[in-house]
Amino acid sequence: MAYGEKVLDHYENPRNVGTLNKESSNVGTGMVGAPACGDVMKLQIQVNDSGVIEDAKFKTYGCGSAIASSSLLTEWVKGKTLDEASLIKNSDIAEELALPPVKIHCSVLAEDAIRAAITDYQSKQSPAEKKSA
Amino acid sequence: MSELKLPIYLDYSATTPVDPRVATAMMECLTNEGNFGNPASRSHEFGWKAEQAVEQARANVADLINADPKEIIWTSGATESDNLAIKGAAHFYSKNGKHIITLKTEHKAVLDTCRQLEREGFEVTYLEPEANGLVDLEKLKAAIREDTVLISIMHVNNEIGVVQDIKAIGQLARENKIIFHVDAAQSAGKVEVDVKDMNVDLMSFSAHKIYGPKGIGALYVCRKPRVRIEAQMHGGGHERGMRSGTLPTHQIVGMGEAFRIAKQEMASENERIRMLRDRLLEGLKDIEEVYINGDIDHRVPHNLNMSFNFVEGESLIMALKDIAISSGSACTSASLEPSYVLRALGRDDELAHSSLRFSIGRFTTEKDVDHAVDVIRKAVTKLRDLSPLWDMYKEGVDLKSIEWAAH
Repeated sequence: MAYGEKVLDHYENPRNVGTLNKESSNVGTGMVGAPACGDVMKLQIQVNDSGVIEDAKFKTYGCGSAIASSSLLTEWVKGKTLDEASLIKNSDIAEELALPPVKIHCSVLAEDAIRAAITDYQSKQSPAEKKSA
Repeated sequence: MSELKLPIYLDYSATTPVDPRVATAMMECLTNEGNFGNPASRSHEFGWKAEQAVEQARANVADLINADPKEIIWTSGATESDNLAIKGAAHFYSKNGKHIITLKTEHKAVLDTCRQLEREGFEVTYLEPEANGLVDLEKLKAAIREDTVLISIMHVNNEIGVVQDIKAIGQLARENKIIFHVDAAQSAGKVEVDVKDMNVDLMSFSAHKIYGPKGIGALYVCRKPRVRIEAQMHGGGHERGMRSGTLPTHQIVGMGEAFRIAKQEMASENERIRMLRDRLLEGLKDIEEVYINGDIDHRVPHNLNMSFNFVEGESLIMALKDIAISSGSACTSASLEPSYVLRALGRDDELAHSSLRFSIGRFTTEKDVDHAVDVIRKAVTKLRDLSPLWDMYKEGVDLKSIEWAAH
């Protein structure tokens, strides 16, 4: 399978690889996918007091397109508010990376990851809500 | 010392380059100056000469496997041979019964042919191999029924390279008067094949796996005892009615030359290739969390299939862009499913997703292997640094204890 230029670039030079402290109250962690399906994405966001994502890190087990999708995602969410970040659509990622149809699920996974990270962050801000949920 | 030439080809089980000697022989059968006649033309010298070349090639193929030349039928490749053997024998002997036994790790050319026969009313038992990829004879014996007419078991598996005990299976089939077909696409020229000693009734061969051209293969059809098959291709009655179609002289001559060379050089070549394979294994086996798929002893010398845990196979192949290898077999690498062969061995999906097949061949050098080891080690390190699963493993988290959301 031939890969697009942007996928190759992110794969060769992934941005923002790493880990943030998942115990920290201003860090939201989203882990989606399953090893048996061949891809697992971990996305972490660090949010400042004004609700802006000031840092983002990822680690991904998966194909080149999955790695590129999560790498691109970290670039996009940095500097965005949580509301803005939650508006990122899988189709935007797929379009930017020119993913072929068989790889669309990678961009879907990336969208799931940012949503999961935001949810995790929000649950830390209002622990009571989490319990009742 | 030869220079390292990139990319490095380590996918000889997918296909091989045509040996220059084979190419020369083929080129002599194409042009006006060459041996271009129709081997079926009985009325002039052009036909006679072509027929002679075809018969010489038939003798060369028969010679490698200890068959009589009359027992060799030309086909377009191992897929056609498998179809002709399985459908042909099943249809011919269907009055005796409609049960077939095969193996879950067979090539798709066998499995999908069996599926077709199921649609036609046959019953098929798909045997599960042991964890090392080999057939348990007792389980095979237990699967045999009154109405079993055909057993089809491959000699060498295309993904994991394990060698089945064909002689023992052949004896079992003969004792029970069941037709025995063997897909030998991956074994001819790699391990000894003796159809008489092994009690094989039908055996499929391909040229392009052993330095011959693509588009040509053969089916061995045993004459003593006489095995009957129904033709699948009808027409001019070529190949004693079993496979019609004008014989492609250049392809056949190419296959014959490839088999002749294999017979001559197999022993010394296998020794060299085994040494290279062991060198590759030696270079990789101390990486943490690697697993060899399939039995390492009952295996062709040129194959190595390994899983690199916590690294996804496709991304690994992407990192190894200077090295031509495959994840699973070439026929299935376009799909996202993990290898059905590794799954049949009971490998976890994760490990199946993390597998690479290396296959070494005639033109592989020590430098190629050393370079491959070097880049694989770097790529595995890079991708594990990227892998959340590797982190969890290092933290001592049992990945099986986590409820993953399957998608």
